[in-house]
Amino acid sequence: MGKSGNSGTSRRRFIAGAAATTGLAAAATALPTRFAIGAKAPIKVGIMLPFTGTYAKLGENITDAMMMRIAAAGDMLGGRPVEYIKLDSEAAPPKAVDNATKLVKGRNVDFVVGPVHSGVAMAMTKVMKKAPKTIMVVPNAGANQLTREACAPNIFRTSFSNWQTSYPIGGELHRRGHKKIVTLTWNYAAGKQMAEAVSEGFANAGGDPSGIENLWIDFPSVSFQPLLTKIAAIKPDAVWVFFSGGGAVKFVKDYAAAIDKKQIPLYGTGFLTEGTTKAQGEAAEGIITTMHWADTLDFPTNKTFMADFETATGRQADVFGVQGYDTGSLLLLAMAAVGGDTGATSDIIKSMENTIVAGPRGGWTMSANHNPIQDIYLRRVENGRNVILGLAHAQLEDPGTGCTL
Amino acid sequence: MPPPAKKRGRLFIWHKHMELSFYLIQALNGVQYGFLLFLVASGLTLVFGVMGIINLAHGSFYMIGAYLAYWLSAMTGNLFIAVLLGLPLSIAVGFAVERFCISFLYARDHLEQVLLTYGLILIFNEGQRILWGNDVYGVAIPNWLSGSITLTDTQSYPVYRLFISFACIAVAVGLYFLIHKTRLGMTIRAGASNREMAQALGIDINNLFAAVFALGAGLAAFSGMIAAPVEAVYPGIGENILVVSLVIVVIGGIGSIRGAFAGAMMIGLADAFGKTLAPDYASFIVYGVMAAVLVWRPQGIFGGSPQ
Repeated sequence: MGKSGNSGTSRRRFIAGAAATTGLAAAATALPTRFAIGAKAPIKVGIMLPFTGTYAKLGENITDAMMMRIAAAGDMLGGRPVEYIKLDSEAAPPKAVDNATKLVKGRNVDFVVGPVHSGVAMAMTKVMKKAPKTIMVVPNAGANQLTREACAPNIFRTSFSNWQTSYPIGGELHRRGHKKIVTLTWNYAAGKQMAEAVSEGFANAGGDPSGIENLWIDFPSVSFQPLLTKIAAIKPDAVWVFFSGGGAVKFVKDYAAAIDKKQIPLYGTGFLTEGTTKAQGEAAEGIITTMHWADTLDFPTNKTFMADFETATGRQADVFGVQGYDTGSLLLLAMAAVGGDTGATSDIIKSMENTIVAGPRGGWTMSANHNPIQDIYLRRVENGRNVILGLAHAQLEDPGTGCTL
Repeated sequence: MPPPAKKRGRLFIWHKHMELSFYLIQALNGVQYGFLLFLVASGLTLVFGVMGIINLAHGSFYMIGAYLAYWLSAMTGNLFIAVLLGLPLSIAVGFAVERFCISFLYARDHLEQVLLTYGLILIFNEGQRILWGNDVYGVAIPNWLSGSITLTDTQSYPVYRLFISFACIAVAVGLYFLIHKTRLGMTIRAGASNREMAQALGIDINNLFAAVFALGAGLAAFSGMIAAPVEAVYPGIGENILVVSLVIVVIGGIGSIRGAFAGAMMIGLADAFGKTLAPDYASFIVYGVMAAVLVWRPQGIFGGSPQ
């Protein structure tokens, strides 16, 4: 309880935006968008992300990086100005349908960028499927179903599927000779999908999946001590976990205080050590994770992105910023391809499907089921940074089971 | 090849391979967590019992404590100096909140108190965002408390967790003496059991209420401060603890410090064993305990006999 209310679009911004357009353009927006191009009616990008609560920083970084990317390209999408309409998703699934409807129906947006939370994303798909002219770009939420059973022509993802983040480390655990493995995540969809992907990767690499014991902790509890006692009693060869944000900081510190990492090494999904290593301190050293980006990636695009992000926001870049940045790139490329014609939905979808993005994480393409085909890196925390050990899996594609696009 | 389906969904998982030490350490975990919960819940129950105020912003004081511990220990380099500086600061905030907000609501009903204190949560959260941003912070454990005690060949127990328990015991004992052996305590007890009679006997209710509210805020902030090194300091930290604290207050009986202690221990132990023995029902267990207690004693364990 107690997540705060609507940060919403500021009314002032909306009025300012409306005042900036000419009377002609204002009249034109009432007509189908195809006729409005000449008058340069703004393209409306709805942003439905958490701006309060535990995920607030994710929402902020995604938004700022996306706006930074589009601003660097002249603040235009396909030659038309952009109007951002921000709405606080509060990472609250029960409010998702209402919020998405506000943007899609109430504000008539051309794109919806969001959300962070998978539960919110799944609820939003119900709205999106009834609005085939509006395109949803998911800059974080990793629920597998989004680009599997629940996939739709107008739903794209620029981040990852939960399966993608964790499948590669299953094989890595086997290659490192671990036989008895404990997995631990929050008892919710993302955690379950990641833990299942670890088992799948482990089995496909030749490991015996009966050696894996799955433990769960109720979401969003962070009192890990009872589970650590249980892990110590099980005495596994290795432990793999997925937590993020405050939970990740607390778990890593609790683990280091309770269990000798040299005796039972700790592995995780990249989010465990993403933007959290400073708070985790010494306790994070040596943790091995997989992820589609790392701050130590040596590409010029990554270095420029990180420097620009820090200049623009005063904060350190993180993977959420990367996903926001690539979301910006995707919108730019797609709208350039159709010359800013938001009415040409099928052409926009086609160009998004064929997009090759060269972003901070490296090159990636869109799969048939609208999820990035991307490199997954193997990383180890050294002196507070995620140092790249190599590729955990090159150009990994989500199987997209159940998607018929 | 798909992984074989794990056996899940059983109500209890009895670990044949677990030794007695597992259950003993689990009990230690539960008691340790219970002490911390007691410290937070005691302030909440005190404010409710004496003043009749439902203070939803109680968790915000926990949050303020945690952030002050981070901020002041980063500046001074020492957690204890941070606590010494931060505690008067948060008590002052509590005092100000009582004087400028809560004091106008004594004659109103609970719904309006809920509305006001919920509003305070939003204001405090926004203040936190403005002052410290949305980052997650860690707080360093003081060097002399940073060690671990070896319990089994695979598990050690951080000294700082034991220290938290001792600090909580010390505060609990202090609270007991304050309430049972001092004049202030006597007036608090009087105010809790019969406000009109206490007023009629010449007790200055205004000052008493301000003191009690500041004390409650101080208890929550102190919990947040000493928990900061083992918790991470992050946005929303106060809300999580508020919900559990409300459950504890209801279980223990509204206004009863003794009840808060019993409730906190029950929830602490239920959490520790529930998480490991019935993981699928762990999120329900806290509320299950509450429901069971309320069926047995609708007024809470020690409800109706304010202590």
